[in-house]
Parts: sequence; C-alpha cells; structure tokens
Amino acid sequence: MDTDLLLLLIVLLPAAGAVLNGLLPLMWPQLRRSEAAIGAVGTACVAVPFVLALVLFFQGFAEPYVGSFYTWMGVGDFSVSVAYRVDHLSLIMALVVTGVGALIHLYSIGYMHGDRSFWKFFAYLNLFIFMMLNLVLADNLLLMFLGWEGVGLCSYLLIGFWYEDFKNSQAATKAFVVNRIGDFAFLLAMFILVREVGSLDFAEVFAAAGEMTAGTLNAVVFLLFIGATGKSAQIPLFVWLPDAMAGPTPVSALIHAATMVTSGLYLLARMSSVVLMAPTVMGLIAVTGALTALVAATIAIAQTDIKRVLAYSTVSQLGFMFMASGVGAFFVAIFHVVTHAFFKACLFLGSGSVIHGMHHVEHDLRRAGYKDPFDPQDMRTMGGLGRFMPRTRWTYLAATLAISGIPLTAGFFSKDEILFKAFEFGYDGHLFAWFVWSVGIGTALLTAFYMMRSYMLTFEGSHRWPMAQRVHPHESPWTITAPLVVLAALSLVGGFIGLPKLAEKAGLANWIHGYLVGHGTHHGPVVEAAATAHVSVGIEVVLIVLGSLIAIGGVWWAWRFYALHELTGDERIRLRFGGLYRWWQRSYYWDEFYDKVAVRPVVGGAENAFAPFDNRVVDGLVNAVARTAQQISRMARHLQTGVVQAYALAIVLGVVVVIALMVR
Amino acid sequence: MEIALSWYLGLSAVLFAIGVAGVLFRSNLIIILMSVELMLNAVNITLVALSQYMGEVSGQILVFFVMSVAAAEAAIGLAIVIAIFRNKLTVDVNNINLFKW
Repeated sequence: MDTDLLLLLIVLLPAAGAVLNGLLPLMWPQLRRSEAAIGAVGTACVAVPFVLALVLFFQGFAEPYVGSFYTWMGVGDFSVSVAYRVDHLSLIMALVVTGVGALIHLYSIGYMHGDRSFWKFFAYLNLFIFMMLNLVLADNLLLMFLGWEGVGLCSYLLIGFWYEDFKNSQAATKAFVVNRIGDFAFLLAMFILVREVGSLDFAEVFAAAGEMTAGTLNAVVFLLFIGATGKSAQIPLFVWLPDAMAGPTPVSALIHAATMVTSGLYLLARMSSVVLMAPTVMGLIAVTGALTALVAATIAIAQTDIKRVLAYSTVSQLGFMFMASGVGAFFVAIFHVVTHAFFKACLFLGSGSVIHGMHHVEHDLRRAGYKDPFDPQDMRTMGGLGRFMPRTRWTYLAATLAISGIPLTAGFFSKDEILFKAFEFGYDGHLFAWFVWSVGIGTALLTAFYMMRSYMLTFEGSHRWPMAQRVHPHESPWTITAPLVVLAALSLVGGFIGLPKLAEKAGLANWIHGYLVGHGTHHGPVVEAAATAHVSVGIEVVLIVLGSLIAIGGVWWAWRFYALHELTGDERIRLRFGGLYRWWQRSYYWDEFYDKVAVRPVVGGAENAFAPFDNRVVDGLVNAVARTAQQISRMARHLQTGVVQAYALAIVLGVVVVIALMVR
Repeated sequence: MEIALSWYLGLSAVLFAIGVAGVLFRSNLIIILMSVELMLNAVNITLVALSQYMGEVSGQILVFFVMSVAAAEAAIGLAIVIAIFRNKLTVDVNNINLFKW
C-alpha cells in the first residue's frame, strides 16, 4: 500500500474511533449500554494502526519519509503543514503507542465493565492515541505541540474521569496546571526558533542550529528541557504525576506510565542533534534526571498505596531516561522508554487487576455487614493475593524482576546501558557524569528494593484484609489477564533488542543502536555524543556484574526482609530512618512547599490585589458607562408623551422639513 | 370652459390640509380615520389632475391602487377602533397613551 495512505489510516483511525464512540452514544443514549460494540470499536481503532505501523516497520525507512497532507497555516514566508515523518524513531514510538495502547484498550473492556461512562472512557482513550500519534509522527514542532497539548487534554479528562469525587477533579486540574508551565517553556522555545530559523520543520531547524549563537542555542535547549520536565514529570514539575493516579488504572498504565510521560524524552531524542550542541544544558538534564530518580525512589519506599508506589517508580524511571539523554545517549533513553512501556504497563495493569479483586472483597465485606472504611488500593490490607490471583501474581513478578534489572530481563539491558553510558561519559572527562552514575547505581538498588516490597506486600504473606476467613478476591477475566501475559512476556524478552556493547565480541550487534543511530556511513534519526575515550572490556564486564549484583541484591534483600517481617518491615524502616522516613512519606513536603511559595501567593495576590482592582476599577468603569446611559435615557424618555397626535405632529413637521429641503 | 390645473391642485391642497388638521387636532379615533381618508383622496385628486394634464394614464391607474389600499386601511382601522373600544369603552385618543413614559 501507498505510504501516504498508510500514514493517514494510522493517524485517522483512532480519531474515527473517538468520534464513533463519543458522538453516537452521546446522541443515542440507548447505545451506551452496548459495551461489547464500544469496546470492540475502540480496540480495533488502535489495533489496526498497530498492524499498519508494523507494515511500515518492515518496509524499512532507513531514509526518513515525509508525507505532507495539508497546509495548516501560511503567513508570509512562514508556513506550517500537517506533515508526518516516518523514520526509525517515529516508527518505534508509534509501535509502542499503538501496541501497548491496543493491549490496554483490550484490558479496559474488562476493567471498566459496568461503568456508566464506559463509552466516554473509550472515546477519550482513542482521542488520546490520535493525539499521541500526532505527537510522535509530526514533522514540525507545532504539529508536535498540537499532539503535546492534545495528550495533556486527554490526560486531564481521564484523571478526572470519576469527577463526582472532588479529589479526582482537583488532581486533574493540578496535572493540567503544572503541565501548562512546561508547555509555556516549549512555546517560548518555538518562538525563538521562528525568529532565528523562520521555520519549525525539523529538517530546517537541524540545518540552521549550527549557525545560532551559543546563547540562543542554550536558551532553546533549556526551554525544550523545561517543557520535557513538565510532561515527563521531572523535578521541579513532577508533583502532578502521583496525583494523576486518581484516574482509572488503565489510564495510569497507558498515559501516565507507558506513553504520554515519555514524550519529553521523545522530544529530546528528536532534537538530539540540537541538544548535543548545548553541553551545559545536557549536564543540567543529566543531574536533574539523577536527582529525580533518587528522590522518587526514596519516596516510593514509604508509600502504602499500590498505585502511588508505581507512580513514583515511573517518575524515578523517567529520571533514568533523562540521565541517559543528559549524557548524550538518546537512543538508550528511547530503549528504556520501550522496555519501561512493557514492564510498567504490566505492573500498572497488574495493580489494576489487584484493585479489581480487592473491589470484590470490599463488595463482599459490605454484604457481610462490614462497616469500616476500606481502601482497595492500600497494600496494608492486601497480602497473600498470589494464592487467589495466580496469573496476576506471576506477571507482576515478571515485571518486577524486569524493572529491578535482574539479568536477561528487559530492564536489565536498558538500565545497564544507561549506567554504562553515564560511566563512559564520566570516563570521557565529564565530571558530572560520575555523580550521575553513582546516583544511578544507588537508585537501581532502591528500585529493586521498593518494587520487590510492593510485590511481597501484595502477593505474599498473610491475608491482612478483614474477615479473611470468609471473603477473598478472585482472578480477573481474560480481557484483563491476556494483556498482562503479553506484557509480562515482553518484559522478560524485550531487552534483547539492545544488547550491551560486550555482545559485539560475540558478533551480536546492538539492534536498537543500529536502528536509531545508524552504523557506518548510514545515519539514523538519533544522534549520540561522540566518545573519545573507550572503556575497556574488562571494566565493562565489571560494570555489568556490578549492575546484576545490585539488582539481585536489592530483590533478595527485600524478599528476605518482607518475607520475615511482612508489614512490620515498614515499621522497622521507619524506626531506622526516623525523620527522613516522614519526608519520604510526605514526598519531601514538595506539595506543601509549592503550596506555600506558589499557590498561596497567587491565590492571595488574586484575592487581595486583583479582586479589589476588578471589583472597583474594571467593574466601576462598566457600571459608569451603564449609569451614564441611564441618566441620558431618563431625560430623553420624556419625549415619549404617549399622545398619539404628538407623534403625528412630529411626522408632519418632519415631512414639511424634508419637503422644504427638497424644494430649496 | 377648461378648468386650470392650479384649481385642482389648490382644491387638493385644501382638502389635504383639512385632513392633517383633523388627524392632529380631533380626539375621536373615527374622525381621525376619516381625516386620513380625506388626505388620501386629496392625493387622488392630484394624481388624476396631473395625469390628465400630462396626457398619461399611469397616474390614474395609481389612483385605483390608492383606493383599494384605502379600503383595506379603513377596514383594518375600524377593526382596531372597535377592539380598542371594547377594551377601554372609549375612542378618545387622549385616553389611549400606553406609550407614555
């Protein structure tokens, strides 16, 4: 098939799904009940683009292909078109978005069963896929920004999906407002580029980047990075992501773990040739990533809500990806995006399956007359679920091992590659990279520990929910477990697309490196920092062994610790770390800090300065105009005597005047 | 003996002035309506006279239109007067002042 046609189908099918699922049930409410049809349409509108993207994938596209469909706007010399770019980078992203997306759509059929806004959920989800595809396939920054804002909107809609609960709609607003800050920086970067380059097409921006002054270039890259911190939840803008877990779990898996939050990384990888020209900002990117990874990992240890653990884990893993970008290994960041999409989606969907099971427990408890509040997401009231939910348990375990970086799982390859690249960059003479590397190693240990903790508290040990003798959860239906199995399998084997450099000795190339960066004379879409010093094989082996030991050690430690102490393990950690633990529990008081320095001053300023201004000056002006008109009218209305003959006289006099004028 | 055009126009002017005066100064609605008819007929006289004077019939044709419109106007006007009378038991315009501020 024609590439243009394929492209259009890939992008427009999810949009068609959104329209079908959104408008038809809106107009004919009796359609809202037909969950099977809505779910099938929604899933097909993502699964078919996945197949089509696979077709494109197997066609190669070593040279980028740009399909231009429509001139969006043209002002003088400046023009922006709706043009999609097919190259290795956008293809990988499109495959992840549609592939994981299709699995999560399938999952949602089971998970959202019985929700009264089932149709709306699928409409939003399809709209999200449409926007995300625009983001990753766009050939210019503005179209990418359209997708960027679009996914932000869908994120807002889906976080606040159960908006009857005010807490959820607050979380949605928070996500939207925090994202705005990043989006604003993205906009500023585009303004600079329009002034300097006169175009937002990637090819022209890349070509002109070398001629920009260092100051401008640094400003552009810095602003793009701030934009990325917003969407990809890094310090200082990560606070929205944990709250975003208020949305339904498939949303957390798709938007807030696998796809949308990685778009900041995609932006950096797409602009890699420009980012590389601003080494100072790169240092900032790497250090920010490292700090975020560490901060989020420590917070995750102290969380008791299963989804919040995963949320902070996502922030932490995104920090790892930023580390990779900051040391110039953008392709590794994308590699980790892919593997992370597998195991984090699997973990979130697994937690969704657990929550689904615990909801049934809650339901049974209520029927049995249990009155106290019960939180189906609280790990403290779970325990030993593995006996009742075997498929969920094994898939969750597989993904946990993968994210911990147990050798030969997906996370092992990508995380090890990130740490290796950081090490290599430090070896190359960049001092900050040593800091990044050591923080990365420490965080890897924490990751293994807190992920295993979540597994142990959820699936192993004793049953800690009330009346555990009488009620227990059941395994979820196949629409929920099938995606789990697929994702768990990918979490285990997905890493083989990016073998370590060591494997070259055995004649095995790093596929994703060759695919994204290119080899020999051929150049792929992603540029990497050129290393001058090469790390010897011996050191590489040591690093790999170190990484494996840390992962195994962290997992083993958490397994021993929580098998022995179960819930009292948390208590032991709390006693051990004291005040620090409270900081972890409360996310380092980050929200409180922002509340004090940003939210309250703004709200207070609005109440004390702008409200009086608005009430007195603005309203005063409007009222003054109205009052003047009223005064004039009060005088003028006396003309209306109500005497018909007075009007007639006026007419006659008018006629006389007109005739007099005509005759003259 | 031929009557000069100015006589016709003079007659018409006088009739029209009487009509205007009636509309402006009488207070009985029916008299006002009759005064309007008077004005219309004054115009008719002008039209016929000028038509004759200029040797063209279009003015006289126009008179038919004026007459038919006048008939319709009289019918509607009287209907309104009757409706008002039923409501207010008077046809004195001085008592009909809903528009007054």
